[in-house]
Amino acid sequence: MATLEVEALEKRFGGVQAVRGVSFAIRPGEMLALIGPNGAGKSTCFNMLNGQLRPDAGRVRLKGRDITGMAPRRVWRLGVGRTFQITATFGSMTVRENVQMALLSHHRRLMRLWRPVARMDASAADALLARLGMAEQAGRPCGILAYGDLKRVELAIALANDPALLLMDEPTAGMAPQERVGLMALTADIARERGIAVLFTEHDMDVVFSHADRILVLDRGTLIAEGAPAAVRADPRVREVYLGSGNMMSPGQGGH
Amino acid sequence: MRWCGPSGRRADPALLENLVLQALSGLASASSLFLVASGLTVIFGVSRIVNFAHGSLYMLGAYLAWTLVTNLPRGHLGFWGGVLGAALLVGLIGLVVEVLLLRRIYRAPELFQLLATFGVVLIVQDLALLAWGPQDLLGPRAPGLRGSIEILGLRFPLYELFLIGVGPVVLGLLLLLFHRTRWGTLVRAATQDREMVGALGVNQRMLFTSVFFLGSVLAGLGGALQLPRESVNLHMDLSIIAEAFVVVVVGGLGSLSGAALAALLIGELHAFGILVFPKITLVLVFLVMAVVLVVRPHGLLGRPAAAAHGAGAAEPPIGPAPRPLKLAGGAALALALLLPPFAGNYALTVLTDIAIFVLFAASLHLIMGPGGMASFGHAAYFGLGAYGAALAAQWLGASMLGGLVLAPFVAGLFGLLFGWFCVRLSGVYSAMLTLAFAQIAWSVAFQWVELTGGDNGILGVWPDAWAAGKLTYYYLALALCLGSTLLLRRIIHAPFGYALRAQRDSVLRAEAIGIDAFRIRWLGFTLAAAAAGIAGGLFAYGKGSVFPTTMAISRSVDALLMVLLGGVQTLSGPIIGALAFTGLQEQLVRITDLWRLVLGSVIVVLVLFFPQGLAGAARTAWERRHGDT
Ligand SMILES: Nc1ncnc2c1ncn2[C@@H]1O[C@H](COP(=O)(O)OP(=O)(O)OP(=O)(O)O)[C@@H](O)[C@H]1O
Ligand SMILES: [Mg+2]
Repeated sequence: MATLEVEALEKRFGGVQAVRGVSFAIRPGEMLALIGPNGAGKSTCFNMLNGQLRPDAGRVRLKGRDITGMAPRRVWRLGVGRTFQITATFGSMTVRENVQMALLSHHRRLMRLWRPVARMDASAADALLARLGMAEQAGRPCGILAYGDLKRVELAIALANDPALLLMDEPTAGMAPQERVGLMALTADIARERGIAVLFTEHDMDVVFSHADRILVLDRGTLIAEGAPAAVRADPRVREVYLGSGNMMSPGQGGH
Repeated sequence: MRWCGPSGRRADPALLENLVLQALSGLASASSLFLVASGLTVIFGVSRIVNFAHGSLYMLGAYLAWTLVTNLPRGHLGFWGGVLGAALLVGLIGLVVEVLLLRRIYRAPELFQLLATFGVVLIVQDLALLAWGPQDLLGPRAPGLRGSIEILGLRFPLYELFLIGVGPVVLGLLLLLFHRTRWGTLVRAATQDREMVGALGVNQRMLFTSVFFLGSVLAGLGGALQLPRESVNLHMDLSIIAEAFVVVVVGGLGSLSGAALAALLIGELHAFGILVFPKITLVLVFLVMAVVLVVRPHGLLGRPAAAAHGAGAAEPPIGPAPRPLKLAGGAALALALLLPPFAGNYALTVLTDIAIFVLFAASLHLIMGPGGMASFGHAAYFGLGAYGAALAAQWLGASMLGGLVLAPFVAGLFGLLFGWFCVRLSGVYSAMLTLAFAQIAWSVAFQWVELTGGDNGILGVWPDAWAAGKLTYYYLALALCLGSTLLLRRIIHAPFGYALRAQRDSVLRAEAIGIDAFRIRWLGFTLAAAAAGIAGGLFAYGKGSVFPTTMAISRSVDALLMVLLGGVQTLSGPIIGALAFTGLQEQLVRITDLWRLVLGSVIVVLVLFFPQGLAGAARTAWERRHGDT
C-alpha cells in the first residue's frame, strides 16, 4: 500500500489559487521530489499534508487513513516527520535537547514534572545525531548554529518518531553544494533502510536528479509533469517552465 | 470615585428622563476617557510600547493645569489658557521622556519597555508629591460653564455637556490629521508596518518623537480638563491607566476609531452599570473587556499585529547552576537558616515577607520565562490564595494547615479557569486579559462585602498556636516557600518545563512534534497560579488579615518588577529580583520618603544598562571572565 495518497488537493489564498487539483502517491522507501519555480505552491502542498493548512478540497490519506484537516500534532503522532523551509527549532535548547523533545513527545513523557530532561532519552538522541554527523554539535545551543547545521537538526528531529513519511521542504538550502549531495545521500540511505517514504522540495537540480526516484513538477499550483528523472528532464513543458528562471539544468544553483 | 452620575441631583424623576441623563453623563465620561486612550493607542500603534507612564502624563496635566489656572488671572483666558498650556507642557515632558529613555529601548523586549515606563510612573509620583504635596487639590470651575441646564426637567451640568462635545471634536481633528496630512499618512503607515517606513527613508526618530508628543498632549489635555470635575490627587495616574488600557485593548491596539467606540462603550457601561448592577460596577468593565477579548482576540477594531518585534537573541540553554552561584545560594541559605534566631521581630517580619515574595516571583517567572507569556495580573492568584485561606478560617473555622492546603487549590482552580481564556491570546492582549481577571477578582473582594468584608478585609487570620511565634512562622514560611520554589525549578528542568520553553521558542516546531502548545501553556499557568496561592496563603497568616490590596494592580506590578529586575532568562533571576526588590523597597521606605523616586530611577537605569536583569548581567560578566562556556 502507498504510504501517502493525495487526491485532488486545492488551496486558495484570497485571489491566488496556490494549489489546484494536485494528486499523487508515495510508496515506502521512495524518494519523491516536488519541484517547481518560486511560488509554485510547493510549501502550500506540504502544509496541507501535515495539517498546517486545511485544504479547500481534496483528500490526504496516510497508510489508507484519512488525515485531511487533522491538526499537525496528530498527524505527527501517526508517523509524519517534517522539516521546514525556514528552519524552526528550539533556540534556547541544545541540539541534543531538541531531539530529546521529539523523543520525549513520541514516548508521551512530556507531562512529567520530576525527572530532569538531562537524564531522559539522551543516548537515543545522541545516536540519531551521530547518524547525521552531528555528534560534535550535540551540546551546542541551537540558537548559535550555522543554518546548514540547523537543517540537519531538523532532520534529526523529524526522524525521532520513526516516521513512515518524511516531508522535507528545501532540506539543503543554506548548505555548500557538496554538503547538499552528502545530506541527501544520507537521507536516501536512511529512507531505504527504514522504509520511509520521503517527499522533498529542492531548488538544486543536482540534488534532485541524483537522489529522486521520481519527480513531480508543479507550476502555478498545477502538476504539469510526473515521472522518472530522465523523462521529466526531457519533458518540453518542464523545460519551458524552467526556461525563465534558468536553473533547471545548470548545476549548483537554487536555494534562496 | 470618578464615576459619578447625576443621581445626586435627582428631583423625583421619571425613569425615562433619568435614563437620558445617565446616558449623557456616560457620554461625558466617555469623552474624557477617549482623550487619554487616543493618546495611548496612537503611541502604541507606532512605537509598540505599552506606556504605563501615560497615566502619569494625565495626572501631570491635571496638576499643571491647577497651577496655571490658579496663578493666571481669572476669566476665560486664564482658565482655557491654563488648560491648553498644561497640555502643551505635558507634551514637552513626554517628548523629554521619549528622547532620554524610550528612544533607547524601542528594540528591547516588550516587558522591558513596560518596566521602564513603570519606572517613570514611580519617579513622576514622587516628583508630583514634592511639587504639589500630598493633599487633594481643588480647581476652579470653568468660566462660563459653571451652571447647569435643564434637560427634560432635570438639571445637567454645563461643563459635562461641554466635555461631551470635546471627545468628538478631538476625534475629528485626529482623523483629519491622520488622513489629510503627509505626517498622518506616515503615522498610519508606521502603525501598519514599521519596517516599511524605515524602507521609505522616513526620519523614523522624528516620527516617533512627534507621535509621542502628540500622545502626551492628549493625555495632558485629558487630565487638565478634569480640573473642574474632580480633585487633583496622586492616585489619578494608576486609576486612569487601568481604564485607558481597557479602552485601548477593547478598541483594538493602535486603532483610533476603536478607542472611540470602546470609550463610548465603557463610559455608558459605567453610567448604566451604577443603575442596573450597583453591586458589581467595578467588575462590569473588566467583564466586558474579558468577553470582548474572548470573542475578538484583537479587540473590536484591531487587526492581528504583524509579527512581534525582535525578542532579542535566543536565550541560552539552562543547565546546572555555575559554581559561584551555587556558593552564593548556599551562603544565602545558611544565613536564612542561622541568622533569624538573633533577629528582632521587625526583621523577622521582613524576612518572612521576603521568603513569600521569592515564591511569588518564582511562580510568575514560570509563566514569563519558560512560558513566554506576560501576566499583568498575577496578584490575583496570590490574593485568591490569601482569601482562600482567610475565608476558610473565617467561615469554616479551618485550622492554619487546612487553610494553607486550601490556598493553592483555590488559586490553582481559578488559574485553571482564567488561564483557559488568557493563554489563547498572545502578547499584550493576553497580558491585558490577565489584568482584567485580576481586576475582577479584586472587585469581587472589594464589593462583595458580606463575604469578604470589602475594604475592611478579613481580620483575625492567625496561625495555629504552635506556629504563632514570629520565629517559628518564619521557618514555616521559609520551608514552604523554598520547597515550592525548588519544586518549580525542578519542573523547569523536567520534560514539562522543557515543553513550556519549546512552545515559547517555536509553536510551529512544537506542534509539529506533537506538543499541544495550548495545553502546556494552560497547565503552566495553572501551576504558577497554585504556587502563587501558597505564597498568598502564607502571607495571609503572616499578617493575620487579608485586604483587597493583596490582589491590587500594584502587587501584580511588584511581582513583574521582581522578575524583570532579576532577569527573565535565568532561573535565579526571580529569586535575586525578589530579594533585591523587597530589600530595596524596605530599606528605601525606612531611609527616605522619596523611595519611589529612587526605586524608579534604579529601574530606569537597570533597564538602560542591564537589560538582562541583575542575574543575567552577573552571568554575562562571569562568562566573560571565564571564557565562552
Ligand atoms: N499564508 C498565505 N497567505 C497568502 N498567500 C500565500 C500564503 N502562503 C502562500 N501564499 C501564496 O501561495 C503561492 C504559493 O506559495 P508557496 O509558498 O506554496 O510556494 P513555494 O512553491 O513553496 O515557493 P518557494 O520556492 O519560494 O518556497 C504564492 O503565490 C504565495 O504568495
Ligand atoms: Mg516554499
